[in-house]
Amino acid sequence: MLILTCPYCGVAGEETEFHAGGEAHLKRFGPGSSDDDFDAYMFARKNPKGVHFERWRHVFGCGKWFHAARDTATLQVFGTYPAQVSGPPQDILDRIAAATSAHAAK
Amino acid sequence: MSTRLATGGSRIDRSKPRRFTFDGAGLRGFAGDTLASALLANNRMLVGRSFKYHRPRGIVAAGVEEPNALVNLGTGARHEPNQRATTTALFEGLTATPQNVWPSLDHDIGAVNGLFAPFLTAGFYYKMFLYPRAFWKHVYEPFIRQSAGLGRAPAPEDADPDTYEHFHAFCDVLVAGGGVAGLQAARVAARAGQRVLVLEQTSHWGGRAPVDGGTIDGQTTEAWTAATLAELAALPNVRFRTQVMVAGVYDHGYVLAHETVADDRPGAKGPRHRLWRIRATRIISATGAIERPLSFAGNDVPGVMLASAVRDYIAHYAVSPGDRVVIVTNNDDAYRTALAVHRAGLTVPVILDARPAGGGALMAEARAAGLRVETGRAIAKVLGTKRVTGVAVCAQAGEGAVLDTIPCDAVAMSGGWSPVVHLWSHCGGKLIWDADRAMFRPDAARPPTDHTGAGFVTCTGAANGALTLAEVLADAGATGQVDAPLEAALAPVWMMPQGAGPKLRAKAWLDFQNDVKVSDVQQAAQEGYQSVEHAKRYTTLGMATDQGKLSNINGLAILSDALGQPIPQTGTTTFRPPYAPISMGAIGGAARGDVFQPIRRTCLYDWHEAAGAHWEPVGQWRRPYCYPRAGETHQDAVRREITTVRSAVGLLDASTLGKLIVKGPDAGRFLDLIYTNMMSTLAVGRCRYGLMCNENGFLSDDGVVARMSDDTFLCHTTTGGADRIHAHLEEWLQTEWWDLQVYVANVTEHWAQFAVVGPKARQVLEKLGGLDVSKSALPFMNWAEGTLGGVTARVFRISFSGELSYEIAVPVSLGRAFWDALLAAGAEYGAAPYGTEALHVLRAEKGFIMIGDETDGTVIPQDLGLDWAISKKKPDYIGKRGQERLRMVDPDRWKLVGLETLDGSVIPDGAYAVADGRNANGQRNTQGRVTSTYFSPTLGRGIAMGLVRRGPDRMGEVIEFPKLDGSSVKARIVSPVFYDPNGEKQDA
Repeated sequence: MLILTCPYCGVAGEETEFHAGGEAHLKRFGPGSSDDDFDAYMFARKNPKGVHFERWRHVFGCGKWFHAARDTATLQVFGTYPAQVSGPPQDILDRIAAATSAHAAK
Repeated sequence: MSTRLATGGSRIDRSKPRRFTFDGAGLRGFAGDTLASALLANNRMLVGRSFKYHRPRGIVAAGVEEPNALVNLGTGARHEPNQRATTTALFEGLTATPQNVWPSLDHDIGAVNGLFAPFLTAGFYYKMFLYPRAFWKHVYEPFIRQSAGLGRAPAPEDADPDTYEHFHAFCDVLVAGGGVAGLQAARVAARAGQRVLVLEQTSHWGGRAPVDGGTIDGQTTEAWTAATLAELAALPNVRFRTQVMVAGVYDHGYVLAHETVADDRPGAKGPRHRLWRIRATRIISATGAIERPLSFAGNDVPGVMLASAVRDYIAHYAVSPGDRVVIVTNNDDAYRTALAVHRAGLTVPVILDARPAGGGALMAEARAAGLRVETGRAIAKVLGTKRVTGVAVCAQAGEGAVLDTIPCDAVAMSGGWSPVVHLWSHCGGKLIWDADRAMFRPDAARPPTDHTGAGFVTCTGAANGALTLAEVLADAGATGQVDAPLEAALAPVWMMPQGAGPKLRAKAWLDFQNDVKVSDVQQAAQEGYQSVEHAKRYTTLGMATDQGKLSNINGLAILSDALGQPIPQTGTTTFRPPYAPISMGAIGGAARGDVFQPIRRTCLYDWHEAAGAHWEPVGQWRRPYCYPRAGETHQDAVRREITTVRSAVGLLDASTLGKLIVKGPDAGRFLDLIYTNMMSTLAVGRCRYGLMCNENGFLSDDGVVARMSDDTFLCHTTTGGADRIHAHLEEWLQTEWWDLQVYVANVTEHWAQFAVVGPKARQVLEKLGGLDVSKSALPFMNWAEGTLGGVTARVFRISFSGELSYEIAVPVSLGRAFWDALLAAGAEYGAAPYGTEALHVLRAEKGFIMIGDETDGTVIPQDLGLDWAISKKKPDYIGKRGQERLRMVDPDRWKLVGLETLDGSVIPDGAYAVADGRNANGQRNTQGRVTSTYFSPTLGRGIAMGLVRRGPDRMGEVIEFPKLDGSSVKARIVSPVFYDPNGEKQDA
């Protein structure tokens, strides 16, 4: 059972305190978009063995949606950050890069 | 025979005799016995039958790894199957029966399966039952069901009388296992100031050390254990408990452990089992190792036991497994058993050591004690069927030519030790093959990782592959001086003798419980099963209740040999929690019966109950289905309630209706995106019916929106939808349109809401007095705030029945008083409460849809003729793009219509309308289905709503709905609005 830290209220909680919301940073395609764009937005989801940017909601806490960068294989959490962004913040990308190069060095 | 020795037994208390019964026979043991040791003390070696061939099965181990000694334990409501005798503490009055036996343990008819053993080989079921096809349903499946399962399930009417609980614990370091390694590791962590929790699965500390001997700094291992425990007990940061088995390690250091609290005290107060839910920063797995059997012909005959188990029974319980015990081994450890047997005054006719050069100091000690040691020797086969009578000896290097036959009544075997790596592996810790010791042990470089990316499980002691006392202590971080004999290297022996032919291999068991033999695994390899996971499932090796604790390593060594590849290339099967079986009761904990899940009650719950309401669960709410009066069936009550509403006035507790406040400068803009229709244009004081879809376009919820003020809307949702829709709004607000200035609050439980419905509804409210509820002051689809009967109320003129209707919301604390006032005011007009079933029929008569009946997650509003509630002007709303897809605008879609049976009967719920022809599966084609179907007391006939292909274009057409009994019912396609199609009544 994962432990995640809500970036809004600062609480480190058990996975059961949160609700998983799938892949983060999807771009919405609404009326007027092509079938392919809409299809990809609705149904095509990344399923990486490795780093995954994903949405979570602190449903039994402050109720806020946030994002997490998590390695689906090692379960390392590189950080959580607010949902109101269109891409992961630089400090988290740096941490991922550092972990990846450390792993490659092994 | 097996018997109780006159002296000794470190765990038993001879002053406390315990009576118990097995297989109907009254037997005696002592306090401190396990059921297994007590059975052996009574010469009950034969305790059950194997799964497939019904072979006689005896006790083989002394701990949690036991595959054979599974019994039905207890009687009546406390009956429990598949309980391991080796971990069951004996208590006064214990009752156990053997499993998989008929008519009796001694004479089992199923044993005839053994005669068919050549045909019942690996994959038998897959091959045998394929043909002829028609045989499956009536011949094969009933046969398999009859013979499936081990043990007898408790009777379904027997509710478990015991209680169970969950227990949450937190620590820096969790130590699993209370042997020398675990205690030493705990000491190191405790001295470092960490919060330490030590859990031991048995009732005893010290692990195998008290039996295996050796000294630490001149102390016996018992004295060392006692001193270490005393030191830990004095520390405030250490907790330790016995009888708690760490069952599983999960992501980020979550651990489940199972405590047996009162198994030996049936009916005692308090919980029987406790499930520990632990959060540990670091986990030290000091779970020891399990001895492996050797694969020789007849290694499953009762009386063949693990060598370690034999000396456990002697040392702990003063139980002799046999008068003459042959030892067979490929390592030094089994010599300890030989010496223990010898010192107990029993006979060791021979020690067969498969290693050409034999062992080290322990072998010398055995020889010095006068024991006969034969090196390079093996067992060709065990003699005897229900009990060992002797062994035929051969050369390990040969093919099994018998050199000697030695009478004996027990065989102690040791094929080496396998570290218990389960807790390491549950979260993905990797293993390496240690060829010198012939074992998989943890690869410290590839541990399971936590949220920081660091390893959070370590293994220590035998679980880490450190088998001798000196290695164990050093591995756990001690510097003590150990005195224990030096051991010579083990020689891997996977088949005994090495060149055993097909006949011997077909009698050499790997998995005792599931009857998997060496020959089965070899056959699987021949048939092309290369993956260990596939071979496991094909042969069922390791799939029994013991999950292959004894059999897996031996099996995959045989598989590797058959595939001609090294063992590490074959790999292991996946280790999954729980380590050993845990009770379903413990998993459920206190969540059963009345507290299984919370029940949500409206403020009128007690009134409904007193009024004799028949309850219907709606989500977590309980709502009255109807209020039957004396002599009324539920059906009678529902029909009376409908007639009351249509002819006089009915009262409904609608408090469960979801109520969301959407407030802010952008509230209107936001709701325009959420609803399919336009909400921003709604005037203050007005109400509008709205539809919500998901992004796919499918209808998700509906309800009436009332505009409270310029920046505030009240959105009604369905009863079950309030929380879901609240979450839906929050998700879009927070993750997509976070620039909108809007707040959403769920005020469902702040308001009691009652519907006053029927032609006399206005008179009832006028009698209460206050707010002007006339048609001109408060027309249909308007709302107003004012006082009614002295209570401040919001009154909505909305209708879900087609009648003149008011929904009145009052603060929930005033709900009951207002309801009482309504009843009093309504009495002279014939007012009566109505329930959810009347509500459903009333809305169906009027052709109103119900989320969950007319919708199922594949239905768009256009399918339901709700185009009028879909804005054509808005550039966007959730679901708009989805509804533009080709399939969604297909004119062939099934659309909502009313259905009127030609004979007036009620169409069965969920019935399908058949069309001409058949589909690819040979089934009748369909052209529609029923979504709601009721008897309408208002119309005096069955009415239904349904989705029919091109339905609205086919008015008047008759379609046919087959029924389960083979007959069918014909219905005419009509408008779904059966009652007051012009809406004059609701507008009155």
